[in-house]
Amino acid sequence: MGRSTTSKDAQALFHSFYSAYAATPTNLKIIDLYMLFAVLTAVIQVVYMAIVGSFPFNSFLSGVLSCVGTAVLAVCLRIQVNKENKEFKDLPPERAFADFALCNLVLHLVIMNFLG
Amino acid sequence: MARKSGFLVLASVLVASIASFCGSAAIFNPISDAHRSAALELFSPSDGSFGSLEETYEALRTFEVLGIEKELVIRTSVCASVSETLLSSLSTLKDLFQALRVNGILKCELNDKAFVEIASRFKDSLNAANLLLDFYHSIGGLMLIKDQTSEVDVHLGDADRVFRSIKALSQSDGKWRYSSNNPESSSYAAGIALETLAGLVSLASSEIDHSLIAILKNDIMKLFDGVERYDDGACYFDEKFVDAHGHQDPLSASSSVVRGITAFASATEESLNFPGDKILGLAKFFLGVEIPGCAKDLYHQIDALACLENSRVSVPLILSLPATVLSVSRKDQLKVRVNTVLGSAAPPLSVKLMQIFSSGSKDASVIDQELKFDPEHAVHVLENLPNNIDVGKYIFSFEISLQDPEHKKRYITGGRTKVPICITGVIEVKNVEIAVLDSDIGSIEMQKKLDLSGENDVALLANHLQKLRLSFQLSTPSRKAFKPHQAFLKLRHESGVEHIFVVGNSGKKFELILDFLGLVEKFFYLSGKYDIQLTVGDSVMENSFLRPLGHVELDLPDAPEKAARPPPQPVDSYSRYGPKTEIAHIFRAPEKRPPRELSLAFLGLVLLPFFGFLAGLLYLRVNLKNLPRSTVPATFAFLFHLGIASVLLLYALFWFKLDLFTTLKALGFLGIFLMFVGHRTLSHLASVSAKLKSA
Repeated sequence: MGRSTTSKDAQALFHSFYSAYAATPTNLKIIDLYMLFAVLTAVIQVVYMAIVGSFPFNSFLSGVLSCVGTAVLAVCLRIQVNKENKEFKDLPPERAFADFALCNLVLHLVIMNFLG
Repeated sequence: MARKSGFLVLASVLVASIASFCGSAAIFNPISDAHRSAALELFSPSDGSFGSLEETYEALRTFEVLGIEKELVIRTSVCASVSETLLSSLSTLKDLFQALRVNGILKCELNDKAFVEIASRFKDSLNAANLLLDFYHSIGGLMLIKDQTSEVDVHLGDADRVFRSIKALSQSDGKWRYSSNNPESSSYAAGIALETLAGLVSLASSEIDHSLIAILKNDIMKLFDGVERYDDGACYFDEKFVDAHGHQDPLSASSSVVRGITAFASATEESLNFPGDKILGLAKFFLGVEIPGCAKDLYHQIDALACLENSRVSVPLILSLPATVLSVSRKDQLKVRVNTVLGSAAPPLSVKLMQIFSSGSKDASVIDQELKFDPEHAVHVLENLPNNIDVGKYIFSFEISLQDPEHKKRYITGGRTKVPICITGVIEVKNVEIAVLDSDIGSIEMQKKLDLSGENDVALLANHLQKLRLSFQLSTPSRKAFKPHQAFLKLRHESGVEHIFVVGNSGKKFELILDFLGLVEKFFYLSGKYDIQLTVGDSVMENSFLRPLGHVELDLPDAPEKAARPPPQPVDSYSRYGPKTEIAHIFRAPEKRPPRELSLAFLGLVLLPFFGFLAGLLYLRVNLKNLPRSTVPATFAFLFHLGIASVLLLYALFWFKLDLFTTLKALGFLGIFLMFVGHRTLSHLASVSAKLKSA
């Protein structure tokens, strides 16, 4: 009895989340997709390290941190671009995008140096 | 090796003891073949000549005296040089003199006319000369011309004046000065002056006042008064001052004086009483030089000895011995030779052994025994040594007596001649006993008798409370007790540490007692096997020995904390300097790397999310509607995308090849470009969306 209610509740939750998400604008969906891509890449790298050991540790770190860093920057971009966010009402989205691009370039310069 | 070093020690002891005898007795050997071979070696012509004419003369004269009949390959070149010098008008008096000397020996073919000219040159220079060497060269030259040709008149007109001018340069102590300006006098100059005056006398004896010759004899006696002596009877003339011609050493100065006085003796017919002992002393000096090291010294030695031998008066006779070490066991006979200084036969004479002095004591036994002459070998032999003579070192005193009274006037024998003789023999070693004693009681624990003529290998056992005793007796062939120079006992531990003890002598026998109780510390508390070795040696002992006797096992107590360590033994040099053991290096194990396939699989796996992202974009129906259409903004947009792509390409290059500085430089340029282009594009997009909003 308990199990079925929990699974039913989970299903109901999932459906409501899915329908709510469909209402988000497309540009935000693109950013979310990008974030998912970055995180998946990081997870695969961690799994690989778990299998073969962390011998060139700096390489592992730079790989993981580039994915995590770019995901974080994407989060910032989503916050600034989201029209429902009253805090960043006056910030033009192009400006936010420019910041995102610049920060990514700097991040990747550091990552490439640390990659070794 | 130890035997060789022992023998060397004995040999050096013998030499040292003989040398120590030289206080009063010494051996002088006449000229021998060793001098001839030395002459051939020292006077070897280099580059086809002996050097200057003076050196050539020295070589030729030495060869002449020593009787070396050497076919001179360089005779033609020397004769050419001689004739060139004699015929040249630029030659000095000295050059002419030296050339004439060489010619006197070589007898080159020369024209008599040249001699006439040279003789007149010499006579002219005599009129004007005032230096000793000018007189010497001129008068010497005239003498040589007189010997070499009879055609030339060498008679001197004013011989008296010349004599007085030379005599004026003499000093009161018998030495001469080289010139009246120079106050320094030398014996070498005296020799030259005497030779010159002798030449003058022989050239014009009728004109010279005899009183002058008598004064000259006085000068010679005064010169002899200033002679120096060595302890062994040798006399020589030395120079006190360094003169303008450089310091003349005793050999050249004495040689010059001998030439002078013998020339003077043959020039005058009068009787001259040279002090015989000093003439003999001079002969001993020249013979004592033995083989000189340089050619000039050899010339001086040989020339002086030749003058002494051919002198009209006072020819020295030298007593020498072919062997000074006689062996009783071999029954050696004492042999004595008497020769002239150049090694020629002496006139008939007899040699008597007068006295024998034993070393270290003043008393001597009087023998007065005549030696028998063996004409075949030209030696005087003493048939039997006196009966009571034992092994040891002695000084034998000989006397030479000439048989013909005429010879007594001419030859000098020198009275008594003392010669050091060493008589050796076999020393008998008997009653050799080695024993281990208990220290308190003195009772004998173990005793062994040894026979040293054969091999011995005793095995003794002792501890630190016991004593080791060694005793033996030594006697000479005449049955007297003998005390050798060395009597040692050596104990050598198996580790190499050695201890040497001197065996003491109590008159009758030799005894050594080693009390191990007192020696424990000296032995560094080392217990174990000690090899025993006995050494007995002396220069008169023919059977000196160094024998291993066996070994003794010593049991010593353990060393206390503060005891001295035994000295480190020399390390075998191969073990110290030889190759060392191999070192095995341990390298850090390299990190494990994953297999290649796994890495490639994961590479593919990592790229999957990117494709998933692209697929997702397509699913979201992403469009490029906002891309500007008109030219300028489109260009900027294109350039913006190009700029980002180029930055990413730069990063890729940075990872593969470039260094940070180059990358940063490039990034700077690209960044500026990107900023400009990006700003234009994004501001264009912003203005477009603002227009849409307002519209």
